[in-house]
Amino acid sequence: MSDRLGIVTVASLEKGVDVRLDSPVSVEDMVVGRYVTIEGQKRRFFGMITDVSLGVTDPRLAVSPPDIADPFIAEVLTGTSTFGTIHVTPMLTIGGDAAALLEGPQPVKTIPGHFSTVNLASERDIELVFGKEDPQRFNIGNPLDMELKLCLNLVEFVKRSNGIFGKSGTGKTFLTRILLIGMLQKSQAVNLIFDMHNEYGWQGTSEAGPPVKGLKQLFQSKVAVFTLDEENSRRRGVSTDFVVKIGYDEIEPEDIAILRSTLNLTDLAVEATYQLRRRFGRSWILKTLDTEDPDEVKQLLEESKIHESTLQSLKRGLATIRRLPFIEPHTPVDAVKSILDHLDRGINVVLEFGRYRDITAYVLVANMLARRIYSQYQSRTEKAMAEGTAPPNPLVITIEEAHKFLNPEVSSQTIFGTIAREMRKYNVSLLVIDQRPSGIDSEVMSQMGTKITCLLDNERDIDSVLAGVSGKSELKSVLARLAPKQQALIFGHAVPMPVAFQPREYGSARSYKDLVSGGQPEQAEKDVEELWE
Amino acid sequence: MRFINNQTPNKIAEVIEASTAQFAAQCYELYEIPPLGSLVKTGDIYGIVAEAMTSSLEPGRKPIARGKDEASEEAVYESSPQLSKLLRSEFIAVVAGHKDGDNLRQYLPPQPARIHGFVYLCQPDEVREFSQSFGFLNILTNVALPVPTEELIAATLRQMSRAHEDSRAFLVAAGKELANLLSADFIRLKNILGRLQ
Repeated sequence: MSDRLGIVTVASLEKGVDVRLDSPVSVEDMVVGRYVTIEGQKRRFFGMITDVSLGVTDPRLAVSPPDIADPFIAEVLTGTSTFGTIHVTPMLTIGGDAAALLEGPQPVKTIPGHFSTVNLASERDIELVFGKEDPQRFNIGNPLDMELKLCLNLVEFVKRSNGIFGKSGTGKTFLTRILLIGMLQKSQAVNLIFDMHNEYGWQGTSEAGPPVKGLKQLFQSKVAVFTLDEENSRRRGVSTDFVVKIGYDEIEPEDIAILRSTLNLTDLAVEATYQLRRRFGRSWILKTLDTEDPDEVKQLLEESKIHESTLQSLKRGLATIRRLPFIEPHTPVDAVKSILDHLDRGINVVLEFGRYRDITAYVLVANMLARRIYSQYQSRTEKAMAEGTAPPNPLVITIEEAHKFLNPEVSSQTIFGTIAREMRKYNVSLLVIDQRPSGIDSEVMSQMGTKITCLLDNERDIDSVLAGVSGKSELKSVLARLAPKQQALIFGHAVPMPVAFQPREYGSARSYKDLVSGGQPEQAEKDVEELWE
Repeated sequence: MRFINNQTPNKIAEVIEASTAQFAAQCYELYEIPPLGSLVKTGDIYGIVAEAMTSSLEPGRKPIARGKDEASEEAVYESSPQLSKLLRSEFIAVVAGHKDGDNLRQYLPPQPARIHGFVYLCQPDEVREFSQSFGFLNILTNVALPVPTEELIAATLRQMSRAHEDSRAFLVAAGKELANLLSADFIRLKNILGRLQ
């Protein structure tokens, strides 16, 4: 099959381009999400197929269909009286004159002329748009139905907060692992991963077959595994670098505030934590819980103007926290300092939660640690700016179940809401993983640089992911047609245009080798070949 | 007058009436009419046989039935040898193109055919050359004759396809051209396609 598909018949910048297919081109070969180029007179357009339809020249044909059992009639009518059309959304202009080539792909501002030829995008075109693997770009997979590499500029990627979305079981974790490996190799950023389900550090589960390797197994020297649950980690055979313990005196009222709904606290109870913190100082939680004597309680209530039921509600909540085994009255070693030490040395940190997978533990620990790390980063970055020295390594914090941190009620209070909004000012960005993007504050969503989404089928989730993207309705049709597994749509800051892609393989011996090498050996081989030419 | 091909075998008819869009020719032999839809030429002009008739030489004189006592049809002609002189076969050809120097044009010539021009039946090579393009189909779809155009077009394509090695491919290509010409009239297209095999 030649790469020519057909000609442009109708076009509008707003609604896209209708292409009538040539007769040898089968409609069934046209898949939504494929790339095409349109050869205009002055420039070339790069676009994506967003709809496929059938047309007839005479409506009577549809009313009294011909006898297509006769192959002759079928052959004559195909592509003439009956034809296929595809709807293409032009995304970029590429090439054209020399100046345009230098500028690289640009967003479209016009449309191709009548009857411009439409071709399947060639490998070269796609390479022009998505780049090829180099020290900054990382191959994350291939565009759907194409044997081509989709390369993501990870240096650009980590400059903003990003999100990975998708229903449970659509491959978010695999995709995240691939991205983390990419960032680890090519972005010059360090990662801090709050690994709720123990999937990223040592090894992860795979629905089909044996466990897959985690980051630590692949990059021994660049990854440190921290754990909250030493016993569990040992049982799983994970060699951990640090056991994280949290002291009561490290918990601040802000940490309780975001647990409001998980701990079932009232607004007043949250309010009371600030008063108690002022009253008791750093060890306010222990002291609050230990105030059992009725007289003392009475005195406390009167002096702090807290209602008794409020105090009871708060106490119930704090008792839940006290039951978390990794919380101790006071910890001799500061977990935050240890994490920062590792990050400063360019070592990525995975924090495993072991058995403590309940959301209270996750939200509490992630928020606490992130807040303190962020404030360190903030002061260091400000200092670096003032003194003109090098700022700390860019930091990417990966959080799962992000809607718990970033929902509209708490996103203004949690540190993650702040990071998502203030973005890269202090060299810290987020990688948000979530299955209910509609639960995330729209303000936070709108600040995300690049979004990668696997299949979503809830209307509200789809709307919230695609909010504000141009060509939303077309993307919606692409998104809704993704396979339930191992297909994703990426759009935003780090890619020149939205792409539906299949993430690269992860789990076989070969895939590990390729991932670890980061595409370098191939390059070396190529260079040697070129040398001999 | 310049002939297209001097090796053309025998002339079969002579132009007796000519206009820009069509010409009528009388066959030299009774009943030796070229088949419906076949390609003929006179001078530089190509025509497609669109209608044929056999009638009395004199318009006012109708033939009478003669075979009551004869055993076969041939016997009628044998016992009245003058018949072949009193009857004549004619056909009408639709002008479908012309030669302009070395170029074959599939549109009407500047001048009509000449009376008494000899008419030749085109040989397969020439038919193949002529049917490289399908401009003539447009002329045929618009012609006004007693013969239905669907019949005429189908007959023409059937005739031409015999000159092609891959006659099916030829018919498919012609069918596609027709489908474009008759894009707004599927019923007509269907009628023609049904008659192509």
